[in-house]
Amino acid sequence: MTRQQQIDRIYKPVLFVLCLVPFLRTAAGAFGIAGQSLGVNPVEDILHSFGEWALRFLVLTLLMTPLRDVTGKPWLLSFRRMLGLYAFFYTLMHFTVWFALDREFNLAGVVEDVLKRPFITIGFLAFLLLIPLAVTSTNGMMRRLGRRWKSLHRLVYPIAILGVWHFYWLVKADVREPLVYAAIFAVLLGWRVWKARQRRTRAAATSRS
Amino acid sequence: MLIKRPEYLGGVKPSDIISESVYENRRTFLKAAVAAGLVGSALPAGAAQAPAQADLKYTKNKAFGADLKPNRYEEVTSYNNYYEFGTDKSDPAQNSGKFKPQPWTVKVSGEAEVTGDFSYEDILKPHPLEERIYRMRCVEAWSMVIPWVGFPLGDLLKRFKPTSKAKYVAFTTVNRPSEMPGLRYPVLEWPYVEGLRIDEAMNPLAIMAVGVFGKTLPNQNGAPIRLVTPWKYGFKGIKSIVEIRFTEKQPPTSWNRSQAREYGFYANVNPEVDHPRWSQAREQVIGNGLFAARQPTLMFNGYADQVASLYAGMDLRKNY
Repeated sequence: MTRQQQIDRIYKPVLFVLCLVPFLRTAAGAFGIAGQSLGVNPVEDILHSFGEWALRFLVLTLLMTPLRDVTGKPWLLSFRRMLGLYAFFYTLMHFTVWFALDREFNLAGVVEDVLKRPFITIGFLAFLLLIPLAVTSTNGMMRRLGRRWKSLHRLVYPIAILGVWHFYWLVKADVREPLVYAAIFAVLLGWRVWKARQRRTRAAATSRS
Repeated sequence: MLIKRPEYLGGVKPSDIISESVYENRRTFLKAAVAAGLVGSALPAGAAQAPAQADLKYTKNKAFGADLKPNRYEEVTSYNNYYEFGTDKSDPAQNSGKFKPQPWTVKVSGEAEVTGDFSYEDILKPHPLEERIYRMRCVEAWSMVIPWVGFPLGDLLKRFKPTSKAKYVAFTTVNRPSEMPGLRYPVLEWPYVEGLRIDEAMNPLAIMAVGVFGKTLPNQNGAPIRLVTPWKYGFKGIKSIVEIRFTEKQPPTSWNRSQAREYGFYANVNPEVDHPRWSQAREQVIGNGLFAARQPTLMFNGYADQVASLYAGMDLRKNY
């Protein structure tokens, strides 16, 4: 098998199943399958679990490029799309659980929350911004959008910031965990800024000579 | 430390409060546990030290909550907000094994004729214990029903003969970093402090609780003695109290000091006044499961008949 075949036939399917584990565990807990159970406040449990997994997958998605730069292994980027789509999946589940179990399909209540409560506003905005990225994640869309695809998918940077901000504003007083995510995102986004600046310096140097 | 024991407070041995059979049961349990090789091996260090909860002598006060169905013991004792032991709901049960609720002393100070240090036994001595089943509404929009064992706070406060200057009562939680790992982080300004207006404190609904489910309070629930004010959000129910101070001015309260816009001094349960970040109109009832509908929150958590008059003429939107 070539490296590409290994990736397509082994690594990607394995990764796909691994990424689904947190969801399956929660689903098993919700329905009391396989001895799994949720905590004393199951709605809050699921809501927070999906929200945190959304953030974790955003971290993993944004980690692939720096990891490739550091290790020099270009095939790492093959997993970026799946990780990004899982970030969207867990965000969608987070939103769905909130809409269905927390807000109990009360549309007026949801609209009011989104408009009135800043931490929900920014969380909802992050969710909305993820939708075009998920929709344009196919090979066909990449071809069709050409260079604009890359610009569009840079939306993931503000999405990450909105996501962690949403978390920061949600907690009552203990901001340690949101700050850990903020620090990780700062490193991942900082890496890109630093690289862009290096490129520009190099380009300037080349054009001058 | 000097422990004052005025005559009328009397002295009392722990055995007067805790029934004999419990000591026996506990001994039997420990023997069995040692025999089974449980103690000190299978149990984590903290858990091995945690004493079993002792039975209390009390009567059921049917006037309070006889119609309510209490939550399960595991729900009440594993889902707690007690930041001194950590900020996750499961932290207090997991991290409070080292906490020593006995011996215990409460300092009484401020605008009262009788002040000084009082042992736990002195505090309890004259008060017959009763069980009251109260609703508990957390500011985070979830609720439980809890069978407390305690006595009216007003009866205790009257023993200290508060002066006419005593307009408020302030409470302080114990501050023991070596036994309370959450105190390592300044999530809130430690120690935790709370307060009530004197007429709120004297309301018959306000109780000092020393037990739940007929037994002494587990550490995670605020052992050995805590406040319960069922018409207010749960954070007013300050735990592990070491100081009671009568004051003329409104005392600071921890959550208000932390975020005044979100948590007021009164913190009365009010479905019409939202928390800035979420609605307080409905609540998640713990124990009803994943797919149960939220329940509408009641004004003053359903205790309006008993307490609404305390706030007559006040703008509850401003005094949240």
